[in-house]
Amino acid sequence: MKRWLLALLLLTPLLAGLTLWLDGEQPLQDAAAPSPTPELIARGRGLALAGNCAACHTARGGEPYAGGRAIATPFGTVYAGNLTPDADTGLGRWTAAHFWRALHHGQGFDGRRLVPAFPYTEFTRITRADSDALFAWLRTLPAVRQANRAHELRWPYSTPLALAGWRLAFFRAGEFQPDPAQTPEWNRGAYLVGGPGHCVACHGGRNALGATADAGFGGGLMPTRDGYAPAFTRAGEASVAAWTEADIVALLKTGASPRGRADFRTTGPMAEVVMRSTQHWPESDLRAVAVFLKSLPQQPDPVPEPLREPALVAQRVQQGSGLYADHCAACHGEAGEGGQLPDGTWAAPPLAGNRLVTQEPAANLVRSIALGGFGAATEARPRPFGMPPFAHVLSEEQMAAVATYLRRSWGAQASPVQPLDVARWRGSNAD
Amino acid sequence: MRWSFWWVWCAMGAMCAAGPASAGPARIEDSLAQRLAACTTCHGKEGRAAPDGYHPRIAGKPAGYLYNQLRHFQDGRRRYGAMVALVDPLPDAYLQEIAAYFAALDLPYAAPLAAREDAATLARGRVLALQGDPSRQLPACRACHGAALTGQLPATPGLLGLPRDYLVGQLGAWVNGQRKALAPDCMATIAKRLSGSDVTAVAAWLASQPVPADSHAAPATREPPPMACASVPKRQP
Repeated sequence: MKRWLLALLLLTPLLAGLTLWLDGEQPLQDAAAPSPTPELIARGRGLALAGNCAACHTARGGEPYAGGRAIATPFGTVYAGNLTPDADTGLGRWTAAHFWRALHHGQGFDGRRLVPAFPYTEFTRITRADSDALFAWLRTLPAVRQANRAHELRWPYSTPLALAGWRLAFFRAGEFQPDPAQTPEWNRGAYLVGGPGHCVACHGGRNALGATADAGFGGGLMPTRDGYAPAFTRAGEASVAAWTEADIVALLKTGASPRGRADFRTTGPMAEVVMRSTQHWPESDLRAVAVFLKSLPQQPDPVPEPLREPALVAQRVQQGSGLYADHCAACHGEAGEGGQLPDGTWAAPPLAGNRLVTQEPAANLVRSIALGGFGAATEARPRPFGMPPFAHVLSEEQMAAVATYLRRSWGAQASPVQPLDVARWRGSNAD
Repeated sequence: MRWSFWWVWCAMGAMCAAGPASAGPARIEDSLAQRLAACTTCHGKEGRAAPDGYHPRIAGKPAGYLYNQLRHFQDGRRRYGAMVALVDPLPDAYLQEIAAYFAALDLPYAAPLAAREDAATLARGRVLALQGDPSRQLPACRACHGAALTGQLPATPGLLGLPRDYLVGQLGAWVNGQRKALAPDCMATIAKRLSGSDVTAVAAWLASQPVPADSHAAPATREPPPMACASVPKRQP
């Protein structure tokens, strides 16, 4: 017994030291920095939009890219850094080599390990040339003097050892390698989705330690945003395998894609992504993303499980039917056919056959009912119709009834929604 | 002659047969009222305040004021999750259009609810609203919010016709920094000079006052406000 304890006492620091050593500082790779031509700077600006850097690095009401925004994670709150060229508080003393090391290896100016809320697990795929372009553009921003705020991570996540261990387990540095068997367009799409666009950060789901490693695109709950990022691999979620490329481009460009009797919309965090990022992408890049997404291997949708309490569900459906007629039908149609303007464009999307309604879990449906929203306002749709929030109007039980009614009507057989699900997903007024 | 209209009867028959079986998509008019249905579930029909005693009336408030508030929610100077989630994705031009739409609605006001506070409290509230308290450098509400307290163009809101709980909530939010405006933030300065009983008194008195027949905001004035205020744009001389 004593011998074991002694071995453990000796081994622990040894292992810790080994972990820290294995995840040590990477050398700076100086390369001939390209001269900041207008073309390079414009390319860098495009990459900043593609990566939606401002979403995290601009605080609400704050100076652009000056950092300070709090990002809640299951392990504590982290604060985005100042990317403006201020010498003391921003990237003023950085070189293109420092910047590349941050994107590629997830290490800061002094070699310190960066927290993976900064998605270097995906940005590591960004090419050196793109990294240099992005850096050249960041240098053109007005310098803002705003000190970075220290992260507030809980122990043990706050320790260098935890971060080093996490990185050894879940992070492999590696630039994007094109697949020679695929077209250049496919490879461009794979690069944008996997690198700068870091789509997998939400659509891949995360494991218990918050890692996206080997996640694929099977969808996942966003741990602190209470929404669900649907899978690209299932027809019942966000698969676009059966879509035309033009429809996919339209969704990412405008935030909506009317397809026959359906009107696909982006909502919640994805509406923000469309508004702040993808609507600004060049059409050729959106098309490349479409080609890549269409090629993803598909999985069958899960078979609906038999109801455990059919009588209770029938009662909830009944209650939901009345509430739907009172609150929803005027815009979404008596039988979920949606609502159209006189010219035939959709104002309110059809709910019959709507994937957001039936996907599992029902988080986004609950959030739509509770919080409403305008969806993405884009250059193509600058004056969107807004769905009212119903959190003030309906109780959790009533919202569960409406959601269950929608998920069990017009041919749908999705699982019922409990009031507890509503309580979990409805979001709060605390912002 | 009679038979020449056979196709009319056929068409009508077909329409009747198709009608009830499938109503088809709802018809929605292309209007701002429809686009902004998300606002009126809480702010009441046509934005004339909700019966819950909290969500304030927005109809008829100065467009400059409404626009500033929408921007405050976007930029984190005002905090209310439901509002933030709604306005977050909207471009500036749409916010201006929304503000102008609700500002232009000219709707009657409901009679105020009877005050629950005693006469002394209401009298104190009245003094604060109409005269202020120079000894504490407290300007009167009417010094900025219009002589009749119905607001002043372009961006100062009226204070009548609002629920008492909303007024108390907002003054409290100014005091503890939950509600802000751009600096110099005159209302924050004033609110921090108010005691708890001042807030109760002035909110109770304001909420108990009927809105005058002319409920419109007073025109913009060349008079400078009693203190520096970013919400009151400087007029060109």
